[in-house]
Amino acid sequence: MSVRDVYVLGGNRIPFVRSGGKYLKASNQDMLTAAIDGLVSRYGLAGERLGEVAAGAVLKHSRDFNLTRESVLGSHLSPTTPAYDVQQACGTGLEATILTANKIALGQIDSAIAGGSDTTSDAPLAVNDSLRRTLMKVNYAKTPQQRISALAKIRPGQLAPDQPSNGEPRTGLSMGEHQAITTKEWGITREAQDELTARSHQNLAAAYDRGFFDDLLTPYLGVSRDNNLRPDSTPEKLAKLKPVFGKGEGATMTAGNSTPLTDGASAVLLGSRDWADEHRITPLARFVDGETAGVDYVTGNEGLLMAPPYAIARLLQRNNLSLQDFDFYEIHEAFASTVLCHLAALESPEFCKEKLGLDAPLGSIDRDKLNVNGSSLAAGHPFAATGGRIVASTAKMLHEKGSGRALISICAAGGLGVVAILEACE
Amino acid sequence: MTDTYSNLVNTNPVGKKIATQLGLPRPTRLRRYEEGQDLLSGPAAVAGIGDAPVAGWATGIIKASGGDVVPASPEASYDKKLGAIVFDATAARTLDQLDELRATVGPAIKKLGSSARLVVIGTTPAELQDAEAAATQQALEGITRSIGKEMLRGSTANLLWVDQDAQGDSSVLAAPLRFLLSARSAYVSGQPVRVRAADVPDATDWRHPLAGRVAVITGAARGIGAEIAKVFARAGATLVLVDIPAAGDSLSKVANDLGATALQLDVTAEDAGARIAEAVARKGDKLHVMVHNAGITRDKLFVNTDENRWGSVLDVNLRSQFRINKTLLDPSVKGGLADGGRIIGVASISGIGGNRGQSNYAASKAGVIGMVRQLSQNLADREITVNAVAPGFIETEMTAKIPFATREVGRRLNSLLQGGSPVDVGEAIAFFAEPGSAGVTGQVLRVCGQSQLGA
Ligand SMILES: NC(=O)c1ccc[n+]([C@@H]2O[C@H](COP(=O)([O-])OP(=O)(O)OC[C@H]3O[C@@H](n4cnc5c(N)ncnc54)[C@H](O)[C@@H]3O)[C@@H](O)[C@H]2O)c1
Repeated sequence: MSVRDVYVLGGNRIPFVRSGGKYLKASNQDMLTAAIDGLVSRYGLAGERLGEVAAGAVLKHSRDFNLTRESVLGSHLSPTTPAYDVQQACGTGLEATILTANKIALGQIDSAIAGGSDTTSDAPLAVNDSLRRTLMKVNYAKTPQQRISALAKIRPGQLAPDQPSNGEPRTGLSMGEHQAITTKEWGITREAQDELTARSHQNLAAAYDRGFFDDLLTPYLGVSRDNNLRPDSTPEKLAKLKPVFGKGEGATMTAGNSTPLTDGASAVLLGSRDWADEHRITPLARFVDGETAGVDYVTGNEGLLMAPPYAIARLLQRNNLSLQDFDFYEIHEAFASTVLCHLAALESPEFCKEKLGLDAPLGSIDRDKLNVNGSSLAAGHPFAATGGRIVASTAKMLHEKGSGRALISICAAGGLGVVAILEACE
Repeated sequence: MTDTYSNLVNTNPVGKKIATQLGLPRPTRLRRYEEGQDLLSGPAAVAGIGDAPVAGWATGIIKASGGDVVPASPEASYDKKLGAIVFDATAARTLDQLDELRATVGPAIKKLGSSARLVVIGTTPAELQDAEAAATQQALEGITRSIGKEMLRGSTANLLWVDQDAQGDSSVLAAPLRFLLSARSAYVSGQPVRVRAADVPDATDWRHPLAGRVAVITGAARGIGAEIAKVFARAGATLVLVDIPAAGDSLSKVANDLGATALQLDVTAEDAGARIAEAVARKGDKLHVMVHNAGITRDKLFVNTDENRWGSVLDVNLRSQFRINKTLLDPSVKGGLADGGRIIGVASISGIGGNRGQSNYAASKAGVIGMVRQLSQNLADREITVNAVAPGFIETEMTAKIPFATREVGRRLNSLLQGGSPVDVGEAIAFFAEPGSAGVTGQVLRVCGQSQLGA
């Protein structure tokens, strides 16, 4: 079986919106369908059968067991387009891109949409375990009397629902608390985090102003821009916020330099050269390669969100590239400090030697090439939707530049990191 | 937008009775085109003056489109309600001859069914050296306009002025005649349309004249633009629909429902032409039809109109078209306008008659008319036609915002006693877009139910 080139042809997302706001009534399926339909109309694909659609959500209702397929059926794509769900925490969107790109490379399919959706406004509310056990008993009761006596056992305390949380099941710590530990270990300062955050907002605002998102985004429910965006954000303003993660004197992570809970969805169109030519679509970028890493954060050997440097090291080696061979670096800003920890790790001789087994550190990057059109701190981060946002925007950046290469990196819960390389098309 | 009054006097028995007793107008529900519909609702009575050189062509066109033809004469007794009258006055050169029209058309009008058509065919007056001949032909305009105002039950009267060198060619007449006879011209009345000689490609399927043609429509997310898109899709066109990024949500829905491509773009952007051409190139090598429909109003009395209200209306409604056309007319541009293509603008009766509080809007719409007249001449050698429609009162979200009393006046102040529907504007634009209307250029067609405003 030969392997062929795969291209990112376009993308679409709906504006990301802070949780509990404008998308309160939208489900993951609504949003994913909207993201797909916006992509369909942008490329005139109504009624077409695509090779497949792969997408997912991190926080899912049990009714969403076939989320992506249901979204396809509700979209204007041909109902003969197959689909499946992918779920890899915040890596979902990028992993879906890698999966479908690989199928295209192998010739199993010619085109695909990869994407993701997440909402913390319409998150599944689970009943707590003790109420669940009581209700199961009611359900299994054979006589009305048994049922009544089972129901009578419900106590007020049992009625409190289990809140959805992004806490790690194995450590009980929230992601922010985990990151606070890593931030401290790497000695990342509050100033550096606030500066990165302000840049993210300013870059995203500038990208909107120059119309960068005109062909990457479709308004939804009356929203036409990410509403977490603060164009006038400055390090000085951010410095006034109180830390929310970490404890005491050394706490540096605030609501400003951490991403808020956000709702949104995204979709990316991928295809082979032939498929693109047949549809007269000029590819935005070539999908080169992807790599995923996992780290042992449970024992405390590594930080929860520190997998990306491991994945980057392996990806660079496989592609014979150095860290400096890129024109754009898109490092997902789960927290400002995650990005800074990754950069510090890549620069650190000890880390690169002891953890990555390299003779020399991977080195530093040109900060002017980092998240040049803003990232999650400004746009927000609906978990599974972030990958699609980054892949489409990055591909467009390469297309605008007309040359060069980009590195995409996304950290995820469970000690995971997903990274990929895109390249401008000849 | 529902026209409550029309519904009341037409469907409610009490309302109907009261309206009849008080002599209030009872607007007819107009016959509108549906896929597969017959050209006419009854036979067409055809006659003419002298040797009536075009009557034979007209008969052939009607029959080829599935219509029945009966001869018209002052003595004829028609046994069925007529769907149309076609009267060929192209040979009329003296005032005396006009009496033949009076004698023949008068009795036939009494036999017209509802939503029926009168199409008078004349010779373009400007081509006639003899003053009485020119006067005779000009008189046809006065006659059709007056008959239009007398027509009952949704019937219309229109005039085709055919250039002398086009009178021997049935193909150049077919599309304009079919349009004026069919239900597609439901809200067009009292209007003259000039037909010039032109090379017309063989029409294969007159119900789907835009098959294989790529068309761009701006302002297509809602209102008239969305309706133009539907008519174009029905006619078989491949569509690229444009609207501002903020309207992208509804634009996407309109596009997906029609299998079209959505392009989120502000038409005033510097690179709008290039972006349009790029989107077109994805659908075909060249663009065939460019419809400039996007438009805004920023109403204020002239003395209170500031620079911004003035400038933005002119920019969106007119200046943007020059910039976009410039790019699309560059023959080297991939996805640019093909020779033999179409440029179609949307003017307004405000641009013809002016309107209180709309000096900026009227400037832009009158400007569209001026552009159409000149550009059509400039592009004649490339066989690109340039035309515009001038809608009257059309029931849209825009007109729904007009205060009730003013709205009622706007609605009723026309021969058809009702507002038009966005689809009526779409049909007229689709007519200009047809390959068959190659002989129609430089014209502004009012789609206004023969409104008295600006007339
Ligand atoms: N409704 C009427 O009675 C009437 C009468 C005469 C003329 N017209 C003309 O018909 C056209 C359509 O009017 P309508 O009633 O459908 O209005 P509308 O406001 O419902 O629709 C106009 C569309 O144009 C879009 N648009 C505005 N500025 C744009 C820009 N800069 N770039 C791209 N798109 C832009 C809008 O977003 C909107 O979708 C306009 O040119 C209008 O002046 C309307």
